[in-house]
Amino acid sequence: MSVNVTMKVNGQSVSATIEASMTLVEFIREHLRLTGTHVGCNTSQCGACTVHINGRAVKSCSLLVAQAQGAEVLTIEGLAAANGDMHPMQAAFKEHHGLQCGFCTPGMVMSACELKGKLVDPTDEQIRASIDGNICRCTGYQNIVTSVKAGLAAMA
Amino acid sequence: MKADGIGASVKRKEDHRFLTGNGQYTDDIILPRQTYAVFVRSPHAHATIISVDATAALAMPGVVAVFSGKDIEDSKIGGLPCGWGITSKDGTPAIEPPHPILCIGKARYVGDHVAVVIAETIEQARKGAEAVEVDYGILPAVVATGTAAASKTSVHDQAPNNVCYTWGHGDEAGVKAAFANAHHISELSLTNQRLAPNAMEPRAANAAYDRSSESYTLYVSNQNPHVERLLMCAFVLGIPEHKMRVVAPDVGGGFGSKIFLYAEETVLVWASKRVNRPIKWTADRTEAFLSDAHGRDHVTKAQLAMDKDGKFLGFRVDTTAAMGAYLSTFSTAVPTILYGTLLAGQYTTPAIYVEVTAVFTNTSPVDAYRGAGRPEATYVVERMVETAARDMKMDPAEIRRRNFIRSFPYATPVGLTYDVGDFDATLDGAIKLADVEGFAARKAASEARGMKRGIGYSSYIEACGLAPSNVAGALGARAGLFESGEVRVHPTGKVEVFTGSHSHGQGHETTFAQVVADKLGIPIDDISISHGDTGKVLFGMGTYGSRSLAVGGSAIVKAVDKVIAKGKKIAAHLLEASDTDIEFVNGEFKVKGTDKSVPFASVSLAAYVPHNYPLDKLEPGLNENAFYDPTNFTYPAGCHICEVEVDPQTGKVEVCSFTAMDDFGNIINPMIVEGQVHGGVAQGLGQAMLEDCIYDPESGQLLTATYMDYAMPRADDFPNFKVGTSVTACTHNPLGVKGCGEAGAIGSPPAFINAVTDAIGVKHIDMPATPERVWRAMQTAVSA
Amino acid sequence: MNSFQLHQPKDLGSAASFANSGGDTRFLAGGQSILASMKLGLASPDAMIDLSLVPDLKSISVSNGVVKIGAMVKHADVAANAEVQKAIPALAELAGGIGDRQVRNMGTLGGSLANSDPAACYPAAALGLGATIHTDKRSISADSFFLGLYETALEAGEIITAVSFPVPEKAAYVKFKNSASRFALVGVFVSKGSQGVRVAVTGAGSCAFRATDIETALAGSWTAAACNAVKMTSDNLNGDLHASAEYRAHLIPVIAGRAVAAAK
Repeated sequence: MSVNVTMKVNGQSVSATIEASMTLVEFIREHLRLTGTHVGCNTSQCGACTVHINGRAVKSCSLLVAQAQGAEVLTIEGLAAANGDMHPMQAAFKEHHGLQCGFCTPGMVMSACELKGKLVDPTDEQIRASIDGNICRCTGYQNIVTSVKAGLAAMA
Repeated sequence: MKADGIGASVKRKEDHRFLTGNGQYTDDIILPRQTYAVFVRSPHAHATIISVDATAALAMPGVVAVFSGKDIEDSKIGGLPCGWGITSKDGTPAIEPPHPILCIGKARYVGDHVAVVIAETIEQARKGAEAVEVDYGILPAVVATGTAAASKTSVHDQAPNNVCYTWGHGDEAGVKAAFANAHHISELSLTNQRLAPNAMEPRAANAAYDRSSESYTLYVSNQNPHVERLLMCAFVLGIPEHKMRVVAPDVGGGFGSKIFLYAEETVLVWASKRVNRPIKWTADRTEAFLSDAHGRDHVTKAQLAMDKDGKFLGFRVDTTAAMGAYLSTFSTAVPTILYGTLLAGQYTTPAIYVEVTAVFTNTSPVDAYRGAGRPEATYVVERMVETAARDMKMDPAEIRRRNFIRSFPYATPVGLTYDVGDFDATLDGAIKLADVEGFAARKAASEARGMKRGIGYSSYIEACGLAPSNVAGALGARAGLFESGEVRVHPTGKVEVFTGSHSHGQGHETTFAQVVADKLGIPIDDISISHGDTGKVLFGMGTYGSRSLAVGGSAIVKAVDKVIAKGKKIAAHLLEASDTDIEFVNGEFKVKGTDKSVPFASVSLAAYVPHNYPLDKLEPGLNENAFYDPTNFTYPAGCHICEVEVDPQTGKVEVCSFTAMDDFGNIINPMIVEGQVHGGVAQGLGQAMLEDCIYDPESGQLLTATYMDYAMPRADDFPNFKVGTSVTACTHNPLGVKGCGEAGAIGSPPAFINAVTDAIGVKHIDMPATPERVWRAMQTAVSA
Repeated sequence: MNSFQLHQPKDLGSAASFANSGGDTRFLAGGQSILASMKLGLASPDAMIDLSLVPDLKSISVSNGVVKIGAMVKHADVAANAEVQKAIPALAELAGGIGDRQVRNMGTLGGSLANSDPAACYPAAALGLGATIHTDKRSISADSFFLGLYETALEAGEIITAVSFPVPEKAAYVKFKNSASRFALVGVFVSKGSQGVRVAVTGAGSCAFRATDIETALAGSWTAAACNAVKMTSDNLNGDLHASAEYRAHLIPVIAGRAVAAAK
């Protein structure tokens, strides 16, 4: 069955007729060709597909496109400034070597950005607990924690 | 120090694209007329394939083609090769059964590739795969490693008792004599459990055939595209190399699992000509669990003989190592060449003997995974040393000190020659960084809270920088292990470097550029590093075994040296001086002892606009390549100290602190090195605390094939690690570097288990030390 | 995932009528369990009924000693709700510890209870507080709601609308996590108040259940020591590759004791 969906992705209005069973991540990657959002497990554990819906971090592999009907969707591609200048959280990840292979990174950054206003001057433990929905196999997380802390301070 | 040169924590050049979503991984690529493949995989661990009926699948909408083992057989396509020949102690070669790219006759593990369905969309391919009717005759499965050789069932007819080889190494008689004269012999039995590598990017491939040029292009998530091409072209498909381009674009982690030539991409390449369309396949996570080569899986018994002072006299190790159902690319070398040769550790043990029985089981193939053989060796050695210290009632640091190798070069009794090291420095450094002095007080504080605290050491050494090709060849390698580098200087003095190493997280685009910036005295922004494309890069052996900087970096240095040498000749002409009077300093060619100089960019311009140029003596252009073949392995070494607290009510273990003091030789980018250590330690602790591939012992089903069942380390599983380095420079490569990628995964597991067993007062506990396992060990300890 | 009909009703009545229109029909609340099941081929409904546009399922109210939460309220919103935090801090904390942050941004109370996953957190709160589950047809006490593995007292097509949690004097939830899934290996919710002493366990059986022996012990003495003195039988407890039934039986009183110590 096909359904019509309309939403805003990174500030742009998009409309499409898609299969009802299409997940948001399929829509983002295959239909919109925004390939910065990745699929690491497709069963809602690894967090590589994290995007924002109306300001909230969600795993786009575990959402039907129809569930984002009318929503404001933000993907990693929508985070940096139009001229390519990185968002403070992206810059913090670079500054503190919070990424290696880069595959989990977009999801990790989107997850971290949602912490703005939720964690104020957080401890490392609070940050660690807050990113437990994102798996990284490369970094051992320590530099991610440092990056998130710096990124949140820069966003404040 | 140059701000963007060797020794500086330069921020990574690759980060902008990864952070902004502009990375390009294999699954991101869609080619014109793209089709999609889904593999039909065996649901049984061991079964005869009675028939494969694709009639219904071919009638499904969008299905383009279905191929099975019959098509492979009809096309006379060979099996996947094993890259390393091992000889058993009786002189017979290892048994190497065929590894067809689609099952012929039998399926030998759950996930074995039975057929492939190619369709217009991924969804149609999936539905098509569901419609392929395979009639299986289920056979009993050989599952457990330890008992495979005694099984009545054979995985392969060629190996009736499931033994691939029985390899012996070292001085068996010498060990026997040492045991006869020993004051004490410590013994230990342990398992090094099977792990799934779990790069976050699942394996993927996209193969295309061009009829006009009769050539193929393969995009593949891989650590060594030239090796992939060589193995696939020369050993399987019979395609000339110049008709095949392999591109490994951005690769989302490898950890060894993307070294190997796999069936999936080989099938795609072969089929792309048959259907004359590009074919893409991307593993889902469960498919990755089933089909990526696993790591470790050893069952070991070890004995260490000592004199009355705790001096090691002889060491004997007997290991059974699982190969899985087929021999993956480097599977045979991992529990032998990369394991048995490391059993001296950091110690002067004069007599060592190891025997390894490699067995086939109806499980996923096992091959190199971060550390590959060296974590297994270190685990045996450092658990054994800990056991010895406890048996001898000696301090664990003291027993290590008493046995350290202190004079270099040192030829071990298991075939390696350590060129340099300072094991006291890393042990002392770790003890200080870990504040071992304060441990007693921390333990008392834990006890006051009803908790048990323990501390564990691990003094590891590894052999990296694989490898001197002649040595590897003598040991059975079927490929060389050099690396290539090309330095292409453009007319304006900007530099493009092509390396056969491959970066999939390591940051070569930055580290290698730092090396070149340092050597050429030009800004790092004037340099770009290209890798991962056989169409661009001369040749390459790829990235694994912590070899990229030591071998690939050295090749680049050699090429840079050639550029400078030629540049000197050009500069001599421009400066009207003799070649021998020219020196190259800070990016300028100078006439020694004068103020006459010409900058690098002017020399490069002269090379490409050779109006004023010694054309009679020198070719125009400034483009050099070099191959570097190391003369020895490199030997990163260090000491890791782990401190844990165990909750006696639940058995839950918390890592309170983890300290790594490593000697990686010279360091190009400390920030990146620290990141590698963090990641390695997390993977090592993941093995020690959490991860385990569990097969049903009867059916051979992999029970841990999703993240719901396979415990991946997450951010809240660890504290911050304390990391330090001390330096003894490698003596035989131009950068004095040793490699840092695997050390964390090698050193950390025994440090953790030594700490847990110290905390709860038991001799041994197998990995992963799950809460229940620890709780049960405590019940036994209490009742004993 | 296989294709299906998607209905997006704007009122309860039409949601229910879609549910009764035949075939394998599933409600879609947050989708955090069902979609993964569908992708793994464990579920393949003919039709899904998205409840997100149905009004009146998303409110939270606290009055007369009862916290009433709409079925479509997301875990993150329960966790962040000041009134819930004040009235039943244990409930807010439980909601704030379900899954991970992204899951809490989608997952809903009603979806969790209707799914009756054997290791989910919310069923322990419902049982442990003596909640009442309101549906479009009736009200069901938590004690008679959870029937087994993924099995509840809900009839086909019946829709949870809200849940009423009586405010206790004291309560706490402690979860001992499965290190892989991060679901409860054993989770225990304890409370005392107008509903008496209640101890609900999740992760250990086919569905959440009350540990009556521990309740009895705690009725005598509301202490961790009283819990620890109880010896649970491992009969009917889950044994799987993550933990044996015996270990779970050992953990239940230990975790219950920790919950008692943490209760406020």
